[in-house]
Amino acid sequence: MNNLVILPILIPLITATILLLIPKRIMLQKVISVVALSLTTIASIVLVHTVFNNGIQTLELGSWRPPFGIVLVADMFSSLLVLTGVIVSFMCILFAFRSIGKERERYYYYAFTQFLITGVMGAFLTGDMFNLFVFFEVMLMASYALIVLGGTRLQLRESLKYVLVNVISSALFVIALAYLYGVVGTLNMADVSSRVAESGQTGLLTVIAILFLIVFGLKGGIFPLFFWLPGSYKAPPYAITALFGALLTKVGVYAIYRTFTLIFYHEPQITHQIIGILAGITILIGAIGAIAYKDVKKILIYNIVTAVGVIVYGVAIATETGYAGGIYYLVHDMVIKGALFLLAGAMFAITGTNKIQQMGGLIKRHPLLGWMFFVASIALAGIPPLSGFVGKVLLVQGGLEAEHYVFVGVMLFSSLLVLYSVMKIFMNCFFKAEVLSEKEEKGSTKGLVYPAVILLAISAFLGLGAEVIYPYVWQAAETLMDPSIYIQAVLKE
Amino acid sequence: MKVNDLILQTVTTLLAFIIIIFSIYLFFAGHYTPGGGFIGGLMTSAALVLLLLAFDQKTMNKVFPFNFLTVAASGLLISTLTGVGSFFFDVPFLTHTFDYVELPILGETALASTLIFDLGVYLVVVGIAMTIIQTIGESE
Repeated sequence: MNNLVILPILIPLITATILLLIPKRIMLQKVISVVALSLTTIASIVLVHTVFNNGIQTLELGSWRPPFGIVLVADMFSSLLVLTGVIVSFMCILFAFRSIGKERERYYYYAFTQFLITGVMGAFLTGDMFNLFVFFEVMLMASYALIVLGGTRLQLRESLKYVLVNVISSALFVIALAYLYGVVGTLNMADVSSRVAESGQTGLLTVIAILFLIVFGLKGGIFPLFFWLPGSYKAPPYAITALFGALLTKVGVYAIYRTFTLIFYHEPQITHQIIGILAGITILIGAIGAIAYKDVKKILIYNIVTAVGVIVYGVAIATETGYAGGIYYLVHDMVIKGALFLLAGAMFAITGTNKIQQMGGLIKRHPLLGWMFFVASIALAGIPPLSGFVGKVLLVQGGLEAEHYVFVGVMLFSSLLVLYSVMKIFMNCFFKAEVLSEKEEKGSTKGLVYPAVILLAISAFLGLGAEVIYPYVWQAAETLMDPSIYIQAVLKE
Repeated sequence: MKVNDLILQTVTTLLAFIIIIFSIYLFFAGHYTPGGGFIGGLMTSAALVLLLLAFDQKTMNKVFPFNFLTVAASGLLISTLTGVGSFFFDVPFLTHTFDYVELPILGETALASTLIFDLGVYLVVVGIAMTIIQTIGESE
């Protein structure tokens, strides 16, 4: 019994409901959002701390013992993601205060964001497959609303695609759940895991595993299922894209980690090999997309795809080092993608365009913004003192230990391409000849830069303070490596 | 040509009450027999839609002078708060309880706290269904 576990879900949910009641009072909405997110952040920090000291925390909803009731499980992996997710969404909302505009604020922007956070937190914390589906839907419904909010032509077109793809993948999710339930007769993750272990993962279960991979791959954007992502993420304004880029695909990635480390780990020569191949191609395709475009937003969006590939490969390595690297990179990537999108949003606020050719010489009047973008870029590529380095080193180490030389080569090569793609933005937009004079600038960066500053500080801490973070990540990797820890914590046998 | 819908309006005023009473019956019946918050709420909004068909938006706003989105939000709040109540009794979230109570007319009745949760569901369903229909109806 520990009601602490539900707080990261409950606080945003109650906040969202209250925000629905006061659509016209924007100032009050902002205050409530900030207070609620601060509370959620505190609750998540306490949660991480408790899990670190006392092991996995579970909450049996409604006092029903698992596997009969829904159980919420906070192991180190999910609590780390909860904490990172809350911080990133906090910063995105601070950014939105000055950038999202009155019109969107009046039409429930803050309420939708809180619902989105509810869904994401719930997906991270749940220990039940069907509940995972429900929280996916909570998250997706909120994201449908956010992607179309404002109603510009581009948003309407892209939201149609986005909704269509996600409705299909949700239907596949339900079908996969039905098959799983038909075979093992339970939906509690721990119970499913132990029953799959008993039956030794027959061919049918492997098929179901692949079906789950397709579902989560569609949500998370791995090759060849990422086709909807670049268009859809380009449509909404930056505050929303940052939220999507940092959270939504990562939930799919989290689900892949959870299912393939906890439940379907008996036939790695089939499932994990497929994951590995797809992840490798995802990395390459993302990197190619990133260098192909001359549009700031498109470049960053393709970098999401690359990162998803890198993280998912951690599953295919299937050693403790591999998992630790994947988790570290996942946390890093949530933070740094948030920071990059927010910085690009500030650039958009100044220039009013996403096209690289129409910017130039920004460093003259915006040195802080420029150098921050530089730091974020090298953190993304994985230059040593910053956060991207540790995760990649662990992944390379894990890959070498498991003798996946091709993957290591692909990943190191993709780092170069990623670095090239963001440096292209940096060199062209901040140096080169000045395009816009002071009077031609569309707006100021007042209040838009500091959320990104905080995220970059966290990123630097993730890199420099790796010694502090490492025990937490290691504990998370241990739980992923040994499913019996999870099963025992939930079923208490 | 002026449409005379006297019959429709007269029948509606009668039928709406019957439908609403039936939906309330369904709502309370949910614990032991088929029914519950969802279908009860849907049935109530069916009655409201019938009123909307027979009369017009203005009359509806006069009879029900509240925003249906607020109804939905307060329903959601009620449902969530029944879960939060468990915090004060030091039991897991959403733990519900029940008791047998002697009521004046009905005699011994089982009252469960899930009923309050269901009331929230009922309000959400009514609120959302009416919001959707009124928003589509109003937009040109």
